[in-house]
Amino acid sequence: MSGGFEIEPMEQFVVRPLFGGGEIHWYTPTNVTLWLFVGVVVASALLVLGARGRAVVPTKAQSIAELSYGFVHKMIEDIAGKEGLRYFPYIFTIFMFIVTANYLGLVPYAFTTTSHLAVTGFLAVAVFLSVTVLGFVRHGLGFLRLFWIDSAPLALRPILALIELISYFVRPVSHSIRLMGNMMAGHAVIQVFAAFAGILGLGAIFPIIAIGAVYGLEVIVAFIQAYVFTILTVIYLNDALHPGAH
Amino acid sequence: MASEMNPAEAAGSAGMPQLDFSTYANQIFWLVVALVVLYFVISRIAIPRIAAVLEERRNTIASELARAEELKRKAEEAEAAYEKALAEARAEAHQIIVETREALDAELKEAQAKAEEEIARMSAEAEARIAEMRESALAHVAEVARDVAGTVIGAIMPHLLDEKAVAQAVEKRVKEVSR
Repeated sequence: MSGGFEIEPMEQFVVRPLFGGGEIHWYTPTNVTLWLFVGVVVASALLVLGARGRAVVPTKAQSIAELSYGFVHKMIEDIAGKEGLRYFPYIFTIFMFIVTANYLGLVPYAFTTTSHLAVTGFLAVAVFLSVTVLGFVRHGLGFLRLFWIDSAPLALRPILALIELISYFVRPVSHSIRLMGNMMAGHAVIQVFAAFAGILGLGAIFPIIAIGAVYGLEVIVAFIQAYVFTILTVIYLNDALHPGAH
Repeated sequence: MASEMNPAEAAGSAGMPQLDFSTYANQIFWLVVALVVLYFVISRIAIPRIAAVLEERRNTIASELARAEELKRKAEEAEAAYEKALAEARAEAHQIIVETREALDAELKEAQAKAEEEIARMSAEAEARIAEMRESALAHVAEVARDVAGTVIGAIMPHLLDEKAVAQAVEKRVKEVSR
């Protein structure tokens, strides 16, 4: 940490206690805690206060709330059918949580909770476990037909079943790392360019343009990654609801 | 080793704070709390409210469409009634024209008949008067002829003058001529 040529792109992701220093126990309020709840408050405000007017012709905030609702609702209906709509509150919570956290992370000095593997990993494992349990509860051992591909030649089926089984268990890994990696990488790149700008001083035209460009990209990525996480959740849900339909 | 260090320092040395597992319990605990809170807000307040708004809008649009349909139907009915009234008025006008024409025709025929009758009567009267005039003219002719004949005969051969015979001869001749 000595000298002027220090680039610390990962420093922004460090978890720190909110009050004072010391060890982080499981209950210690940290910057993660703060931004998790900022996310909850923002998402709640958007959805609850936005739709407060209950206007037939919506205001801007109400439009956003309604669009988010319609977006997730239609996604579930298209992919998992009417049965999937029973799980709409859970999926909608996941989508709103991630999309709000991703966008809050783009506010300068904010902490991006979705750039942490603990957060995305927990979400992915929770989805994985819920969907698997749901599949077995609804179909019993019939849920295993998900791995037994009827349309393939009989000789290939055991091999395919093994591949399917492995890919099924890899799901939470790719599910979580995709979101966390995207969030982390964009922020780290911005941080690197910002450090260059700091080193170059007044002549830092290129880093500043680059920061603008990467930031614009991140605005798109923030939404796309929330969308991808949600749509994968719905696809996994559909597998649990209709394991035979390949 | 990392668990004994300050987490921030551990992260700094490890390079990736994301892989500092000592913070996981803390993050996951608060994440669960946040998710539960958000879930309750969304499922208890946000979703019913937005669903109600969307439902209300759908109903409003449906009822407005129904109202528009109703108004359209009324307009069509009014148009049909107007068309009907127009057709009736036309038929009535036609009827009136026909009746008027018939009445005029009848009147005209009557007047014509009356005029013809008058003409016939007047021509008969005229003919009668002409006949009378002719009759009297013939009578005068016979008288003049008798006088002339008597005078001529008296002047040429007075001894042969027989007024009765002259009158008879003249009368016979006049009747022949006038026939």
